[in-house]
Amino acid sequence: MTDQAGAFQAGRAARSRLRLLRAAGSFLGVLVLTYLGLLAVTFVIGRVIPIDPVLSVVGDRAPEAVVARVREEMGLNKPIWEQFWLYISRIARGDLGMSLLTSNPVLKDIKRAFPATMELATAGTIIGAGAGVPLGVWAAVRRGRWVDQVMRVVGLFGYSVPIFWLGLMGLLLFYARLDWVGGPGRMDVAYEYTLTPVTGLLLLDSARAGQWDAFRNLLSHLVLPATLLGYVSLAYISRMTRSFMLNELSQEYIVAARAKGLSEARIIWRHALRNAMVPLVTVIALSYAGLLEGSVLTETVFAWPGLGLYITNALQNADMNAVLGGTIVVGSIFIGLNLLSDVLYRTLDPRTRER
Amino acid sequence: MRHRLALMDAWLMSDHPASRRQAALGRSYAAWRAFTRNRLAMLGLFIILALVLVAVFADQLAPYSPVIGDLRTTRLLAPSHSFWLGTDDQGRDILSRLIYGSRVTLMVVFLVAILAAPIGLLVGTVAGYAGGLVDAALMRITDIFLAFPRLILALAFVAALGPGIRNAVIAIAITSWPPYARIARAETLTIRQTDFIAAVQLIGASSWRIVLRHIMPLCMSSVIIRVTLDMAGIILTAAGLGFLGLGAQPPMPEWGAMIANGRQYVLDQWWVAAAPGTAIFLVSLAFNLLGDGLRDVLDPKAAR
Amino acid sequence: MANSSHQVIGCLLGGTALALVLGLGALPLAAATPKDTLVIADKLDSSITMDPAEVFEGTSAEVMGDIYDRLVRFSEKDPSRPVNDLAKSWSVSPDGRTYSFELKPGIKFASGNPVTAEDVAWSLQRAIILDKSPAFILSQFGFTKDNVAQMIKATGPLSLTMTTDKNYAPSFVINCLTANVACVVDKKLVLAHEDKGDLGYGWLKTNYAGSGPLKLREWRTNEVIMLERNDNYYGRKSLLGRVIFRHVNESATQRLLLEKGDIDVALGLAPQDLDAVAKEPALKTTATPLGSVFYIGLNQKNPQLAKPEVREAMKWLVDYSAMEATIMNHIGVVQQNFLPNGLLGSSNVNPYKLDVAKAKALLAKAGYPNGFKVTMDVRSSQPYQGIAEAFQQTARRAGVDIEILPGDGKQVLTKYRARKHDILVYNWDVDYWDPHTNADTFARNPDNSDTAKSKPLAWRNAWDIPEMTRKADAAVLERDAKKRAAMYKDIQNDFRKTSPFIMLFQTIGVAAVRGNVDGFKLGPSTGSTYLFNVSKH
Repeated sequence: MTDQAGAFQAGRAARSRLRLLRAAGSFLGVLVLTYLGLLAVTFVIGRVIPIDPVLSVVGDRAPEAVVARVREEMGLNKPIWEQFWLYISRIARGDLGMSLLTSNPVLKDIKRAFPATMELATAGTIIGAGAGVPLGVWAAVRRGRWVDQVMRVVGLFGYSVPIFWLGLMGLLLFYARLDWVGGPGRMDVAYEYTLTPVTGLLLLDSARAGQWDAFRNLLSHLVLPATLLGYVSLAYISRMTRSFMLNELSQEYIVAARAKGLSEARIIWRHALRNAMVPLVTVIALSYAGLLEGSVLTETVFAWPGLGLYITNALQNADMNAVLGGTIVVGSIFIGLNLLSDVLYRTLDPRTRER
Repeated sequence: MRHRLALMDAWLMSDHPASRRQAALGRSYAAWRAFTRNRLAMLGLFIILALVLVAVFADQLAPYSPVIGDLRTTRLLAPSHSFWLGTDDQGRDILSRLIYGSRVTLMVVFLVAILAAPIGLLVGTVAGYAGGLVDAALMRITDIFLAFPRLILALAFVAALGPGIRNAVIAIAITSWPPYARIARAETLTIRQTDFIAAVQLIGASSWRIVLRHIMPLCMSSVIIRVTLDMAGIILTAAGLGFLGLGAQPPMPEWGAMIANGRQYVLDQWWVAAAPGTAIFLVSLAFNLLGDGLRDVLDPKAAR
Repeated sequence: MANSSHQVIGCLLGGTALALVLGLGALPLAAATPKDTLVIADKLDSSITMDPAEVFEGTSAEVMGDIYDRLVRFSEKDPSRPVNDLAKSWSVSPDGRTYSFELKPGIKFASGNPVTAEDVAWSLQRAIILDKSPAFILSQFGFTKDNVAQMIKATGPLSLTMTTDKNYAPSFVINCLTANVACVVDKKLVLAHEDKGDLGYGWLKTNYAGSGPLKLREWRTNEVIMLERNDNYYGRKSLLGRVIFRHVNESATQRLLLEKGDIDVALGLAPQDLDAVAKEPALKTTATPLGSVFYIGLNQKNPQLAKPEVREAMKWLVDYSAMEATIMNHIGVVQQNFLPNGLLGSSNVNPYKLDVAKAKALLAKAGYPNGFKVTMDVRSSQPYQGIAEAFQQTARRAGVDIEILPGDGKQVLTKYRARKHDILVYNWDVDYWDPHTNADTFARNPDNSDTAKSKPLAWRNAWDIPEMTRKADAAVLERDAKKRAAMYKDIQNDFRKTSPFIMLFQTIGVAAVRGNVDGFKLGPSTGSTYLFNVSKH
């Protein structure tokens, strides 16, 4: 009997290992397919746009001979399939092409610009989630009371008012009038010469170098745009937390828990919230991705030299390599974040695992 | 008359409906009654109805033309007795532009919701229920669409079809459905393990029937919430397209384009951006209240 | 219930306290800029390269005037007059084709290498051989890759000659030598970084090899350009040690920075922000007419617009003075001719104004008593958008129904170069400080066919003008300056009446400057804003 049981167990283990391998294999295959799809769409966009990329290299005044020659140099006269194949093989080697604007490899430009946006988006999400989740829980618990309504209006305000307006008003009030925060830009001009960027995450760099005055200055410049982004994502996160919590709090197991005599706090935080975290994680991941994209307008108002500014500038100058390179990077992060939330989702919610 | 109404009320609310139609009608009636009891939701509904009325009767309500202004005499005037909300940088009355702009706003919001929500719902529920390869394929497609900054995809689409607000709407709708799909799928994954789904499967219902008649209605509330929350974002994305010259063509008084225009005057002539901004805020609030009210009524789990 | 809300409140209070502590501890120390540094805010886009042989537009072109020297440059006192820079003297041969230059002795590059005639000749040859966009400014004198080594050569350590193919007006040739493409680069230094015979092109894009009063320290796209004093400069050393250009896109943001003293100069303020700056006692403004003109182009391929009465009617449908007082306030002045003020031969005859009745009569004569429908392409940024909308309004009064098609700069240009527009609102910057630069594009159209090699603005609007082209060709060869000016005035008289161009404004460059900054003056042409003269007290 034990022998049979043991064999059965071994068989099951082997089968589940096999299933895991197959899952990993199909997962990778699907990932590659997604990327190819992403690249195909970016490539098509690059060709459909009615902007002549040659223009941004030679300018409007160049004689026709120069224009024709540059067009040939850029390989724009080859058949489209050949261009796409060259494109894919280059990306596979990590070569995102040269930026026409800066004459640098696009990857190098993005590596330089990205940390600024990451700092901003991370700070914004920390503020947004850190404040949004507790506020959402509170609104759910106090559902229907005036607290709930006030929170709804405050949150909605941050979400439906144009972000550049909030940004400019914030600058006007907290920077120009009250002098509480630093102005647009990542840091004061004086620190340009003393701080050497290592990772590009300047807060980290200055902390590691022990330059605490630079650190304080960086923080003072980060506070306003990060709070702005945090406010916008807080609005969304708190609403979603509230609705997920309401879903949970209306379940029967809550009644059972109360009947068992558990304290209200324990019920809310350890049980309801834990279950609400399952879809909430998706929301927070999407919110981070949204902040990465939404930092475009914020970066404009605050002169923040990040990826959003880079892509916008490249778009307006038909620097397609830079635009597509930036899109691929942002796209990869989106995919990565969704993946992460998928994995977290499966870990946190036992109901979604295969039976 | 009152006797008739009372009879109808009794028939609808009867505990023993004689036909399926009576039961369905009765449920709708009960839902409506629950909805009307929620005062805030009714407020939202009224604001939206007012918006519709303003859009329909714009010609009668607007004091001036929305597109004619005079650079010399009426430029950037502060709110006053003759121009209630002031004038913009081309000398046009902002109140009139706001009134006519309500038509554009309604159209944008309506079209995007009609296009994006059903697609997202369908894709998400099918993916969540079917699982396996179908799920993976649909989710990859969703991810590809999610991977794009909205503006770039909109730019390409409009470049192909030509600029204008209609194409901008379609472009926004195409980039809007993925989040609904993900939310619907998340809900479906949780729902499909429940007992009552198992029961329906046992009865022998086809997969399509299960998805359409049982799972979708349960996901609808989350999607509705997300759609209503998105309304403001959609209007603002249209404004973003306006920045790039892809959305409303001047002098069309689209609210988002008006804010985009007022952006340069925000420090001194604040009213140019404030008026359309407030309008968007009010309409978003209304959609939000409405959405919450609908959810309270439609979500069977929340009905306690 | 009470417990949980207490917990939430506790969380929030704690978080807020932490944020406050961090935030307050992060109070900015001193907002003012360092005393030895000039900080300028501007829109730093279109910076492709720092190689003089390739630089054409944008901030990098502006900066060239401070970091590189040339044979001749524009005078600091009168930035429309060329004076000797590296050249001690120059002369022209009797046949008008050979120019001889003597260089000043003892000049060094920032690297320490001496400036010799070989460096000068090599720089000019290099520009022709590399043949990038601005090369035409030199190659129009008959230089090609094959002949340039003969045509431009050093004849001694401090002397060189240059031979052109025709006897152009010397004023024309000298004007062109002030352009950025004629900057002198350090031959030894550049060739030391040469890669596979590219004449140092790959290296000089992002590096510096000049001799100007300031040198380039660092350049980060979308962010900053940093210049430093060059201690090897032959003339008066720069008064400031450093100049920094910060990229700030929004006019409102620039204004806030300027008011707080976090920048010293703002170069991108819109009219409404300039109004506010005028009220601030701590700030001042300086204005200079620039070599840039705004215009509306009517494509002659459109049969309605091709009628001469329609062309003239459109010119009477623009409210020039209203636009000047509002949309172009501070930043533009009415100019209905194609030569901006400051160029030889410019005209100030501006007869047109808004006259709807006259326009209607003309339209009726052309067969459109009730107007017609037409589209208009315009860049979706200010002031183009404002001009377009105002024109749409006034044109409507005569029945002309204009549909505005906004697009971004490159989109509009692409359509323009393909002649697919009806009406277009745009501006044109001079390439070099000589009237031929604008005559060449507005008043010359040697080949109006669809496959023409060159695409001047006259071609883009399909305006076939063999007679005017001949006149413009003659004007560039006229050596007497007075006669030359008269020829251009004559061309402009004709142009005003018959052209499909509605010339609107000349741009005025305005800089808003903090009160403690002295000597900041905008130059009229690219690269003539001399930063090394600026100081702070």
